[in-house]
Amino acid sequence: MQHENTSPVPAIELVDICKSFGPVRANRDVSLRVEAGTIHGIVGENGAGKSTLMNILYGLYRADSGEMQVAGEPVSLRSSADALSLGIGMVHQHFMLISNMTVLENVMLGSEGGPLLRTGKQETLKTLKQLADDYGMQVDPDALIADLPVGIRQRVEIIKAIKGGARILILDEPTGVLTPGEADSLFEVLRALQANGATVLLITHKLDEIMAITDAVSVMRNGEVVGHRRTADTSPAELARLMVGRDVLLSVDRGRAQPGEVLLEVSGLHCTSSRGRKLLNDISFNIRSGEIFGVAGVSGNGQTELLEVIAGMRRFDSGTLGLLGETVTPDNLRTPAEIRDMKIAHIPEDRHQFGLILSFDAKGNAILGYHRSPLYGEGWFLDEAAIQVHCGRLMSEHDVRPGNPALPARNFSGGNQQKLIIARETDTKPKILIVGQPTRGVDVGAIEFIHKELLALRDAGCAILLVSAELDEILGLSDRIMVMNDGRQMGILDSANAGRDKLGAMMAGIEEAGSA
Amino acid sequence: MTPPHALPRWADVFVLPMINIVVALMVCGLIVLALGENPFVAIVVMLKGAFVYPGSLGYTLYYTTNFIFTGLAVAVASHAMMFNIGGEGQAYIGGLGAGLAALWLAPMLPLVLVIPIAILAAALFGAVWGLIPGYLQAYRGSQIVITTIMFNFIASAIMVWLLAGALMQPGQQSPQTPQLAVSGQMPKVHDLLNGLSLNVASSPLNLSFLLALAALAGFWFLIWKTRIGYEIRAVGQNPKAAHYAGINVPMVIVFALAVSGACAGLMATNEVLGVQHRVVLNFTSGYGFAGIAIALMGRNHPIGIFFASLLFGALYQGGAELDFEFQSITREIVLLIQGLIVLFSGALAYMFANPLARLLLRLKLIGGEA
Repeated sequence: MQHENTSPVPAIELVDICKSFGPVRANRDVSLRVEAGTIHGIVGENGAGKSTLMNILYGLYRADSGEMQVAGEPVSLRSSADALSLGIGMVHQHFMLISNMTVLENVMLGSEGGPLLRTGKQETLKTLKQLADDYGMQVDPDALIADLPVGIRQRVEIIKAIKGGARILILDEPTGVLTPGEADSLFEVLRALQANGATVLLITHKLDEIMAITDAVSVMRNGEVVGHRRTADTSPAELARLMVGRDVLLSVDRGRAQPGEVLLEVSGLHCTSSRGRKLLNDISFNIRSGEIFGVAGVSGNGQTELLEVIAGMRRFDSGTLGLLGETVTPDNLRTPAEIRDMKIAHIPEDRHQFGLILSFDAKGNAILGYHRSPLYGEGWFLDEAAIQVHCGRLMSEHDVRPGNPALPARNFSGGNQQKLIIARETDTKPKILIVGQPTRGVDVGAIEFIHKELLALRDAGCAILLVSAELDEILGLSDRIMVMNDGRQMGILDSANAGRDKLGAMMAGIEEAGSA
Repeated sequence: MTPPHALPRWADVFVLPMINIVVALMVCGLIVLALGENPFVAIVVMLKGAFVYPGSLGYTLYYTTNFIFTGLAVAVASHAMMFNIGGEGQAYIGGLGAGLAALWLAPMLPLVLVIPIAILAAALFGAVWGLIPGYLQAYRGSQIVITTIMFNFIASAIMVWLLAGALMQPGQQSPQTPQLAVSGQMPKVHDLLNGLSLNVASSPLNLSFLLALAALAGFWFLIWKTRIGYEIRAVGQNPKAAHYAGINVPMVIVFALAVSGACAGLMATNEVLGVQHRVVLNFTSGYGFAGIAIALMGRNHPIGIFFASLLFGALYQGGAELDFEFQSITREIVLLIQGLIVLFSGALAYMFANPLARLLLRLKLIGGEA
């Protein structure tokens, strides 16, 4: 962990940090040295203890034991205010912005400068301009947060952190919600910050990001740091092995699809938002049994709405949906319950908002959407014993850990939450499966497992619609790929002919390809 | 910016309400002290007045009955994350239902038929009064908090108009209906027990208390054992996930509010059928609002609601005894004391949650946030 020719005083030094939550030892003897002026990556699977460690660094949790030094001085943080005063800023995975206020008002929050807002506003405007000049962080001060894309909102978060004087910036899974283009501009900002002498701590589980931007990387597993590497001296394969403690297949061997009859047919689909914005503009495609149809695109270009329309959760204006031979039109809609009864399963994009009820236990979630089935009780009543058995079986068949049906859903890691949803939705042997972001925020081991499950389902004859912001996932799993931009389809490609560059250009709305 | 600590269930359900009551009693004790009385003597008088003196337990349980119904009304809606402040109006309109049914049928039919029909009428009328704000919330987006408050006023106005008009007892000046015939009167517990030659002091306690206990059991069954209860909880905990799961969210909200209103309406069986034997002006006298504190303190769980209702019942009855026993403690002071307990265990229910969590952390009784 010692590096030669670096500055003698590290920005942060942690020695033997321990933190337990009841019986769970989230951090065990964690020692970490972050050199000043570097971008330092921390990788690990979900539940490896990365977030706990960062929360300790940011003063939100207190370590049970261990030492912490900032710029060579021993410190003891009691709150995030202490961290801020030491120049440590944090950008959380979930943004802390007020969405019906403007950028200016959000940045100004906490430094209004007196009872009248005028001076504070002028100061903040000056700061915003300064930051735009120094780091290329352009933002419109008068734009409402609610109207901004996720990448820009994150930029506002970063501005808030460094405006307060932060010289050490912690970013928790910053690219989880970003498109490839947005991630690239985030990295430019981080490099500009580094060039100005700031230190960046980047928590992620995406190895390509680590390789692309960091100077050094620490790997965590089960609450311990299992390795420190200089990025130049390591490889994604080595990091992945350290993270999971074994060799991982980073790409899936999927074999040829055996497409059968058309199960899902979408033609001329149009959908407008309540504010009159075109969300889906003339979408047409079909999916055969035994085929994975990938939908690529920058988030927010209509993929979410496409999933919701097919799942019966959203109305549409015109066009038709052919579902297993039944025709759905705007005058003849199906409810989500009716769709599910047709053996069409839906793994939603956002598992916390839609896929799970976090306060319910695992078994309550295991029947969500299927709770009317006679399998789980007669008439009005729910049969708890049957539900318990069902959930236990799902958990063991789909490797959901810990396998405790009575544990609240929020106490599972992201990967295990996702596995529980996938278990629930695939257990009925659906004929059509629509999937959004199946591996967002999921660790490497679980990604491998989830991809294998989707392929097995395909091989069993299911027609799968896969929406993902991860191009690698789309390329790795899909048999055909449709690219969406601003609610339109930019074309449908056979995955054999699709490369990253071609798809990237289509995602940006540049090139239209002929339908395959 | 310390994040709130999660309390373990036993601390949330038992320790926290106990702390609230103790603090409220301490504040009350200071007031009693300031009036020149000994607070410990006052507490003994209250306890005796609530449980020991002949007939006092009957009175306590009679009050408890009202609180159970109105507490349940708030709790059912709470499980769907709806804040029903309209228990007062729903109980009032429930009283109209019970009164109309009993006034009309009691002269013609025997008790075993009249009482069940009047109970159903109370529930039905209350349900309608809860269902309308529920519908407005679910399908029209009108805030349920606002509409249920307004429906309390509407109910009050309707009842004044009826009780001083069409339903007023002929030849009387007070705004109330004629008395119910005997077959429309809910049997009193002391009458029944005396019939079994057990000598029990008379009290207003009537069979509505058993109905309240049945309602508690039914509530538990509905919320935790049935599909519709599962749907109510799903809608309350995450309406988006409920929509995704194919649950008809607006319909579930309307249903929950209807059940909620029915629970409040059943309070009329105790007051109208059991005690007053007629519909009188303002017979709900604040029980509907107290239901909010009951449900909060009882954590929307039947056992909690039972004990919170019993506590409030004892306070009402024991408080009356205070007024009787001490010169310096007047009716208003008793109201003040009751109000303080409602304040601490209802409105300020979670005031001590964080200090308690920190204490437990320090004592290593809990392990902190996971």
